[in-house]
Amino acid sequence: MIKTESFYDTPAPAGLTGIKAWLLTHDHKRLALMYMWAILFWFVIAMMFGLLLRTELMSQGRTIMGPEVYNSLFTLHGVIMIFLFVIPAIPAIFGNFFLPIQLGTDDVFFPRLNLFSWYLFMFGGVFALISLFTGEGFPDTGWTFYVPFSVEANSNVSVTVMAAFILGMSSMLTGLNFITTFHRMRDKNMGLMQIPLFTWSLYATAWVQILATPVISITLVLVVVERLFSIGLFEPDKGGDPILYQHLFWMYSHPAVYIMILPGMGVISEIIPVFSRKSIFGYKAIVWSSMGIAVAGSLVWAHHMYTSGMSDVSVFVFSLLTFLVAIPSAVKVFSWIATMHKGSIEMTPPLLLALIFIYLFSVGGLTGLVLGAVGTDIHVHDTHFVVSHFHFVMFGGTGFAFFAALHFWWPKMFGIMYEFKNAYIGAVLTAIGFLFHYVPMFILGLQGMPRRYYDYLPKYETGNFLAGFGGYLLCLGILIMFGNLFMSFKRRIPAPSDPWGATTLEWTVPSPPPVHNFVKKPQIKEFPYDFSEVGKREKNGEKSRKIL
Amino acid sequence: MSTGIDKTGIKIGMWLFLYSEILLFGGLFVLYAAYFYKYPEFFSEGGKELNRVIGAVNTVVLLVSSFTVAASITAVQRKAKKQAIGLLIFSIFCGVVFLVNKYFEWGAKFHHDIYPNSETLVSGEVGLNIFFGLYYVITGLHGLHVIIGMILLSISLVLVMAGKVTESKYSMLENAGLYWHLVDLIWIFVFPLFYLVL
Repeated sequence: MIKTESFYDTPAPAGLTGIKAWLLTHDHKRLALMYMWAILFWFVIAMMFGLLLRTELMSQGRTIMGPEVYNSLFTLHGVIMIFLFVIPAIPAIFGNFFLPIQLGTDDVFFPRLNLFSWYLFMFGGVFALISLFTGEGFPDTGWTFYVPFSVEANSNVSVTVMAAFILGMSSMLTGLNFITTFHRMRDKNMGLMQIPLFTWSLYATAWVQILATPVISITLVLVVVERLFSIGLFEPDKGGDPILYQHLFWMYSHPAVYIMILPGMGVISEIIPVFSRKSIFGYKAIVWSSMGIAVAGSLVWAHHMYTSGMSDVSVFVFSLLTFLVAIPSAVKVFSWIATMHKGSIEMTPPLLLALIFIYLFSVGGLTGLVLGAVGTDIHVHDTHFVVSHFHFVMFGGTGFAFFAALHFWWPKMFGIMYEFKNAYIGAVLTAIGFLFHYVPMFILGLQGMPRRYYDYLPKYETGNFLAGFGGYLLCLGILIMFGNLFMSFKRRIPAPSDPWGATTLEWTVPSPPPVHNFVKKPQIKEFPYDFSEVGKREKNGEKSRKIL
Repeated sequence: MSTGIDKTGIKIGMWLFLYSEILLFGGLFVLYAAYFYKYPEFFSEGGKELNRVIGAVNTVVLLVSSFTVAASITAVQRKAKKQAIGLLIFSIFCGVVFLVNKYFEWGAKFHHDIYPNSETLVSGEVGLNIFFGLYYVITGLHGLHVIIGMILLSISLVLVMAGKVTESKYSMLENAGLYWHLVDLIWIFVFPLFYLVL
């Protein structure tokens, strides 16, 4: 192979040196790494908050904090996890890094806008920090900022809400950039049905971002306007309707759930075929289900509001639509399983994490049906059952897809391999901790323990203790997983350009890639998941990778 | 790895952005629809208090300025720099006229003690409070967009003067123009909803 300089050694635009080469860069790969460090920082912070919350709940009464701190902490945990981790994690890091490469091009369409999005992201984060230490302290409204409390509360709601507004702008501009790149920068020889599924999922996500984010922006602006001018648009005394706030909020925030999960599904669709050495089953079905989820997912928001007061007809319609979204999600799950059927499966950390994803996501999806059905939802609404359900989807789903993506693309991003054994230990421990953490919450919820409560009845103590114990196990697992990845910087075992035997374009370029991504003109395959060449190579005794 | 500037791509990006702006106002129109359904008689009463003449003048002003912006792009394409500059200055001036009208309109309302959280609105009928609340929020946000549009047009004007916008490279001007059309388009919906249909 020709020796090439990686993007770490070549600043873009040329001539920038030192820290400027990073802070003013237009290179999508550098921006992806800058997002990565920022997002990991927020993830660890929010995870610690979550652990503190569960520690508080491990025994009855006051354990380590008072109720006000508890309320602020769960708000903070939600706001940071949603707006600074789950929504941006996969698109901003892996999307930025790999979308242009998978499309066979050298950068996103608007590189400067990409840099601007990163600054918006950082700025939003700084705003969130400011709201923490100024004024009356961080809000205790929950991440939903429901009126009338969010309008009346003395805490620093306005600043936090503006932080969420700015972060929304950032994610919207990233989506805009991806859609334009997808249409205008794609290699001329790459037809729509030759695009890797990860990129397809990002495309669907980007549309949801552009469709839904403006609605939350205006809603958040209205919260601030209400706080400043008290017009009363959501205040019953002045003729307003607080339920309308909830509609506007969920019109964005339910589609946002798909902004979070679709890229994760894309990651899994990349990983499963590679380690099954078999073409993905139902490529077109997966593409269409991504778009189907994007469309149907935008029409189900009111299922968060069955108990808020709605006509029976709307309840019926929204419940039905909610059930319909389960179909494209199930299409994906079945396609992944079918891909593995009779495949030549090779176990690696990314595959293990992907398998855990499929399992946890399925549980999350199926319990979603319990909540989508009105009869059962009214029983478990606002209980720990809901908490457990969305953590199965958001964390068991997107979170594990994020970990899988880290392990899958780490060799490409940094050009080094990590230790497999510790990665397995970390992954298994995280999964076991996860189950210990969230399964008790399902049971607590069915027993009637409400969410967001500071204290509880004695009968819930066992479940809460178990959940707390699982929380510590979970954090330990994540610590081992990250520690192992970071150790790879010390050991510096170089990774070949294609350590896994994968077929998409990013594996044809050096690890780490050069600044313009491609050394020679990319060869577009008839079908992105054609493993015949990899199979031939391996039959000749050439191992794609060293077992570590 | 394409060479040259992809004007279509830049326009796609701008259209996507405009689309998101429309949805931003869409959220407010949802509120309008819901409250109009709830308080039709007060919306009608409130709408009659608005000054239709000023509203109509503003509509004409915006429509004319939209035309002149479009004409300035054509002028740039035909290398008529002076004409383009003149048309742009006129468009920005139209924006100023719009805002001045708005200022007098709002000022008159303030004078009659009709503004958010004012005594008249708080102690009066809740339907009227909602109508004027929406009126201030929507026209206020639209006014903000007029200001942003004027800033974009001014930047384009400076670029045209400096010779940075030419017949082969005019995306900045074109996008600023598109934004200005958006401001116009939203007003085309705001004007009948508040001034005419009620």
